[in-house]
Amino acid sequence: MGGKFKTSYKGDMALFQTLWVKVWLGILAAAIVVCPQFLSTYQISILNEMAIAIIGALGLNLLIGYTGQISLGHGAFLAIGAYTTALAAGELNLPFIVTLPLSGFMAALLGMVVGVPALRLKGLYLALGTLAFGFIVDYILFHWDLTQGDMGMAVNPVQIGSWSVQTEKEFFYFIACFAALATLCAKNIARSKIGRNFIAIRDRDIAAEAMGISLAKYKIMAFGLSSFYAGIAGALVAHYQKWIVPGSFDLSLSIAYIAMIILGGLGTVLGSILGAILITGIPHGIIYATDVAKESYPALSGLIVDFKLGIFGLIVVLALLFEPQGLAGIYRRAKVYWKTWPFKY
Amino acid sequence: MLRIANVTMHFGGIAALQNVSLDVMPGGIYSIIGPNGAGKTTLFNCISGIYRARSGSITFKGKELIGTKAHKISQMGIARAFQNIELFKGMTVLDNLMSARGFLHHYGLLAATLYLGRCAREERKCRDRVEEVIELLDLQKCRKTPVGALSYGVQKRVELGRALTMEPEMVLIDEPVSGMNLEETEDMARYILDVNEERNITVLLIEHDMGLVMDLSDRVTVLNFGVKIAEGSPDEIARNPEVISAYLGRQQS
Repeated sequence: MGGKFKTSYKGDMALFQTLWVKVWLGILAAAIVVCPQFLSTYQISILNEMAIAIIGALGLNLLIGYTGQISLGHGAFLAIGAYTTALAAGELNLPFIVTLPLSGFMAALLGMVVGVPALRLKGLYLALGTLAFGFIVDYILFHWDLTQGDMGMAVNPVQIGSWSVQTEKEFFYFIACFAALATLCAKNIARSKIGRNFIAIRDRDIAAEAMGISLAKYKIMAFGLSSFYAGIAGALVAHYQKWIVPGSFDLSLSIAYIAMIILGGLGTVLGSILGAILITGIPHGIIYATDVAKESYPALSGLIVDFKLGIFGLIVVLALLFEPQGLAGIYRRAKVYWKTWPFKY
Repeated sequence: MLRIANVTMHFGGIAALQNVSLDVMPGGIYSIIGPNGAGKTTLFNCISGIYRARSGSITFKGKELIGTKAHKISQMGIARAFQNIELFKGMTVLDNLMSARGFLHHYGLLAATLYLGRCAREERKCRDRVEEVIELLDLQKCRKTPVGALSYGVQKRVELGRALTMEPEMVLIDEPVSGMNLEETEDMARYILDVNEERNITVLLIEHDMGLVMDLSDRVTVLNFGVKIAEGSPDEIARNPEVISAYLGRQQS
């Protein structure tokens, strides 16, 4: 058992179980702090995208992975977050520290409204219901005067007190803090009674009810929580991109998020993070590969650009075929393997 | 303690329960027996609020249960161990047991996100209580095992344990030893007695294993085609001619 012996329940329930875990996390934190110094602006921008995706994926995993409620409307909640902060900052001149939580709560509120039909709908029917919600949000953003439809709208830069977040590097530190906080909160929720109730509803809803868990309360809470995460992610996207159009929050974004949590591992916090990194990273990886191939095979590179989406899809399908538990499953197996290495039991 | 009066329940044209009445006194082990399809599990489902009886009344400590939401009924102190294992497959044994205590915690979402103060305190207390049940049912070895990886007999025990962690006053146990071998059956019988005597939990039991029912029960009710045909002490039931012809079977001579 790796020589871990605990003498109290407190120790057994701690988030960071061993000294090694703390050491590794410390190294990771140090790497995050140091790495922007060695990376190009383009590379940092990839990390920024990933960090935002992590926040959104954590939220969606709480809903789909933990509670088992399928949603195709995650992109719409990101849009609500993005447009809430854009409008609140642009029209009402509210400071960022107000608009960011406002985005989260706005999305959470609408998420809870969407959650109400989830009390009746299950599985594919629920997916269809949330899909319809996505279309409604899309329609409103395209046709509402304030959001300027297809034209898009500008978003004020982030300003906290006298500090204004401008460069990629500043944004990186800024967003990394949020991603870390989001991860910590998700992990805490998952190991508390709320996470257990979510999983109970996913695994056996009738038994969950017989164990005194109110399905209505916790399903709606899951929707609210997931949308809150999406709203925060959306607000960060808006401030990061500085210009938002409805088209970037459509169905394909929702599906990309679903791909993240499925590839990463449903119902695990680590899976959301790995999945977000992978799905955000793949397109950049393909671009990188194309650049390399351009030197020696100019004809091939043209093809790769055409097939970019196809290659992306292929990677997703292959990953699902060979590792249905996602990246978190691979990690789990590797951990067990190394625990007893070099012995095979 | 639990009073069921003239409960009737139909599925389409079939009467699953017809004017069933029974009275469970606090403290004992009360068994319900009957052939397959007699309406035993339906009666449990009516008590725990999964089905809504068409007429009649079910009261627990004077409060009407018909029309009360299922999760409220369990919070009133009626726990349930299901016949077909209905555990939360994605969780470990420990989490399964802890999941049933959710309603006993009084911290909210905000406390949970920070996992500080009240949340951490209550989680630790919860763990303490759950460990008592783990000890009672000898589940120490598989605490951190995912439920899906356990054998059928152990899963049945976890199912009972999950009901117990709710700290109920009454537990409904549906066929705890179906599909078990003799040894496992004896173990389960001992656990049920422990639950009843040590923890003072009233047990309402459905079981086909006559040996178990006759040995454990203080009182037995027999259902047949949704109708109650007899009630009495195990000895009375074993001698009742109607019960013998409906369920126990006549001895060939």
